[in-house]
Amino acid sequence: MVVALFLVPLVSGVLAYFLRKGDGPRRALLVGVALAHSAMTAFAWVEPLPPMFRGWFALDALGLLFLSITSVLFLAVSAYSVGYLARERRVSHVYFEERTRFTNEPEAIFTSCLLLFLGAMTFVAVSHHFGLLWVGVEATTLASAPMVYFHRHHRSLEATWKYLLICSVGIALALLGNFLLAVAATGTSAQSHSLVVGTLVSSGASLRLPWLRAAFLFFLVGYGTKMGLAPLHTWLPDAHSESPSPVSALLSGALLNCAFLALLRIYQVCLAAGAGAFCQELLRFFGLFSMAIAAVFILGQTDYKRMLAYSSVEHMGILALGVGLNGLGAFGALFHSVNHSLTKAWLFLVAGNILAVYETKSIDQVRGLQRTLPISGVLWLVGFLAITGSPPFGLFLSELTILRAAIDQGHGVVAALYLALLAVIFIGMANLVLPMVQGPASPTPGPSAERRERLWATVPPAVLCLAVLGLGVYIPPTLNVLLHSAARLAGGP
Amino acid sequence: MTAIFDFILVTVALVDLALLGTSRLATSVRLAAVQGMALSLLPLLASDDGIGLRVLLFAAGIFVLKGLVFPGLLMRALRTADVRHEVGPYIRYAPSMLLGVLILATCFWLGSEFELPRPTISPLVLPIALATILIGLLLIVSRRTALNQVIGYIVLENGIFVFGAALALEEPFLVEIGVLLDVFVAVFVMGITIFHISREFDHIDVDQLSLLKE
Amino acid sequence: MTVSAIVPPAFALVFAPLLIGVTNRTKAVFAGRQGAPLLQPYFDLVKLLGKGAVYSQTTTLVFRVGPMIGLAAVLTASLLMPFGGCRAPLAFGGDLILFVYLMGLARLFTVLAALDTGSSFEGMGASREVLFSTLAEPALLLALAAVGRETKTLSLSQMHELVPRLFWGHSSLILMLVAVVLFIVFLAENSRIPIDDPNTHLELTMIHEVMVLDHCGPDFAFIIYGAALKLWLLGSLIVGLLLPTRTGLRLADLLLSLAAMAAVAVLLGVVESTLARFRMMRVPVFLVGAVVLATVALILKYGGRLG
Repeated sequence: MVVALFLVPLVSGVLAYFLRKGDGPRRALLVGVALAHSAMTAFAWVEPLPPMFRGWFALDALGLLFLSITSVLFLAVSAYSVGYLARERRVSHVYFEERTRFTNEPEAIFTSCLLLFLGAMTFVAVSHHFGLLWVGVEATTLASAPMVYFHRHHRSLEATWKYLLICSVGIALALLGNFLLAVAATGTSAQSHSLVVGTLVSSGASLRLPWLRAAFLFFLVGYGTKMGLAPLHTWLPDAHSESPSPVSALLSGALLNCAFLALLRIYQVCLAAGAGAFCQELLRFFGLFSMAIAAVFILGQTDYKRMLAYSSVEHMGILALGVGLNGLGAFGALFHSVNHSLTKAWLFLVAGNILAVYETKSIDQVRGLQRTLPISGVLWLVGFLAITGSPPFGLFLSELTILRAAIDQGHGVVAALYLALLAVIFIGMANLVLPMVQGPASPTPGPSAERRERLWATVPPAVLCLAVLGLGVYIPPTLNVLLHSAARLAGGP
Repeated sequence: MTAIFDFILVTVALVDLALLGTSRLATSVRLAAVQGMALSLLPLLASDDGIGLRVLLFAAGIFVLKGLVFPGLLMRALRTADVRHEVGPYIRYAPSMLLGVLILATCFWLGSEFELPRPTISPLVLPIALATILIGLLLIVSRRTALNQVIGYIVLENGIFVFGAALALEEPFLVEIGVLLDVFVAVFVMGITIFHISREFDHIDVDQLSLLKE
Repeated sequence: MTVSAIVPPAFALVFAPLLIGVTNRTKAVFAGRQGAPLLQPYFDLVKLLGKGAVYSQTTTLVFRVGPMIGLAAVLTASLLMPFGGCRAPLAFGGDLILFVYLMGLARLFTVLAALDTGSSFEGMGASREVLFSTLAEPALLLALAAVGRETKTLSLSQMHELVPRLFWGHSSLILMLVAVVLFIVFLAENSRIPIDDPNTHLELTMIHEVMVLDHCGPDFAFIIYGAALKLWLLGSLIVGLLLPTRTGLRLADLLLSLAAMAAVAVLLGVVESTLARFRMMRVPVFLVGAVVLATVALILKYGGRLG
């Protein structure tokens, strides 16, 4: 049953490639699989799924949390994509910066990659064997690379190449981490422990610490590249800004979480083996460094999609920092990942609406959003407030929890830097977003027919917005229980 | 047995150094093929419980993949891109060969510092694996042609493979196949991307892929 | 110093030009020609010794003395090289360093004599030659150092005796690497293809030949004979370090070594006939490759703990 979670999207992905009868059946398949996946995930909440294959595939609290985020996001994105792909068929493709024509990737490749991507991310969420986890993470890179190259022009090709190469190299280093972990796990009687998370955690005391630390370091570098931690984040702004908006939403909202999950798995093992302090120091450092780099690049940013991408880097830094502050910080980090994914997805979808109408990614050329596109404008403004951590949105609560953890544990400097960087980013983004929303309605180059706000373009982001708003006010008990049990696995209270 | 193992490992190391010194792309691809073929013999020699069917299949898979498929894909990309030579790498050939042998020496020193829990078949394994990984990274960083970067990635994977195969780690068959499949698809997708790059830009010089900044 | 110690230098003096003859005959066979007789180099030497010499007004004593000192250095080096199981007459610990430096001395005086003419062609050849030998000498020394670590001695004659024992042991890998390096150095030091073309008549493409362009008569005979001796000595270095067996019978060993020398000469002819000369800019990379190979042989001993 657990295996069905990823087999269904994978098989439909292959099927979608061969469905040539028209776009309708393919898009229907996309939405259908999204609904089925959400249904299966909802079922897993109610009725826990037993592990399969000697515990290699299992769904524990951590996995279920990230799987649910992925599922919700994919549902929203698939609804948006149907309209997006229909519009891409109608509109002429002129590349904004250079005024050159370009073509799009065949829709069959796009849809099948989208489904394969879902399958790969699910594979990561349910894998408990480190080897299979690695296979899944690499598969997500390979499934998403063609999607980044959907609009076929120079910049997206450059972004695709950087994404492909940097992430593959990083993940190859994570494979070395796998081998080092295996060395750490070799017993004295020449019987090696299997690389299943559960087995490693239960035999934590007998793992060889120097090798385990080396393994964690390679995992941090490897999966950290995929997660977008600075200084390994260089592919992120390019890939997330050049890919089409629904894909950016998934990349920022779901894929970065997958890499975070992989990191959490090795962190679990390190905690059980007693190497927790070493890991936490590294995580705190990378977390703060990512936030700092993001702050530097958000100030004075000219491209609003790149601004969102750097904001993703910042929030990944916050996640790493939260886990690095043990105890309450881990709970805060997991809650934050839920909030951030939903918010970032809605922001990217709205960015897609802006791009379609204004035909530019430059912040300076977008003015008067609230008049041109009322709903999207409101969503954009509210999204900015949410992503920078204003109450009453969920991100405020999760960031506050992490701050509390820092102060409780006496990391005064960390707390001060954290607050300072959050403030800087708030100011930077405010400087960029507010002028976009306010002002007179600027004449947009696109045809007036496209300026109408479509249902498919506004409902998914609006739903996500309401969800984040809701989480800021009230956490449902089931979610609370899941968050707490997941946090306990990652070092929480 | 140890002698053949050593011979293969030294071949791997020599191919690494040769890759650092050659400027012709076709030669690089063929050298990577030779390295792949040499590597495929390692699981046969390293398996503790004799040469079973599984090990044989695995070794044959590696031989076909790294020795025939990857070079085939890359030569096809090379032909469509119509490029013959690497254009001005960031570190010139003679200094990068010297750097490579320095890396090898450092890895030999590092290798003698580490205490492996289980004795390996040969004391050369750990140093040469580490050196291959580092030289792969060096190739990726210092070469400007996209094809050479892919070859650097392949060398990096080879180094990690040597590490794994020679420590005789019992990876489950499924995982081994999964890893092979992933690397195959990665190189495949990279080859297609190189094709697109050469068609879009008329060259495969990644130094000129710098439109995206800040 | 036993009586057999006279054998290596004697063989060198007598058989060196024959080696060149064998090489030239091999190249001719590859080219489909009949080729010169095997003893042609001897006839050339005799002819040259009988001629008079012309010296340019711009040259000094260095030009007249250069070929003589070059030959003297190589002759002294021949007293250090063992052959066919016989020790060299002047063998001592560390004589391999002296050997390498005597070769260097010969080259130095050739270069000085070339520069002394004041001609630009010779100067060009001299600078190229010095560049290539700067890269080839470390390769030679590192390779010999690797063998030295294996045999725990720095004397060529002792290495010569101890190597066969190693050949079938664990050090065979290192010896293979050393063989390749020594062959590359052999090609470089003797200015053979793929580093330099000895048959070219275009001065701009010459490296070694252009340096000796202005010598004639007995001087030229000394230079040719010195080059032949250098070929013999470096060849016997390779043969001595790589011949796998020692039968113990003096005569058998000598014949075996002679046959091996002939094989080296044939191999040289084959290499010269099948390869093309490298582009001038690629030669330094090639020689650095030889240095790298020699370093690998050295490291394998240090770190690998082979055997």
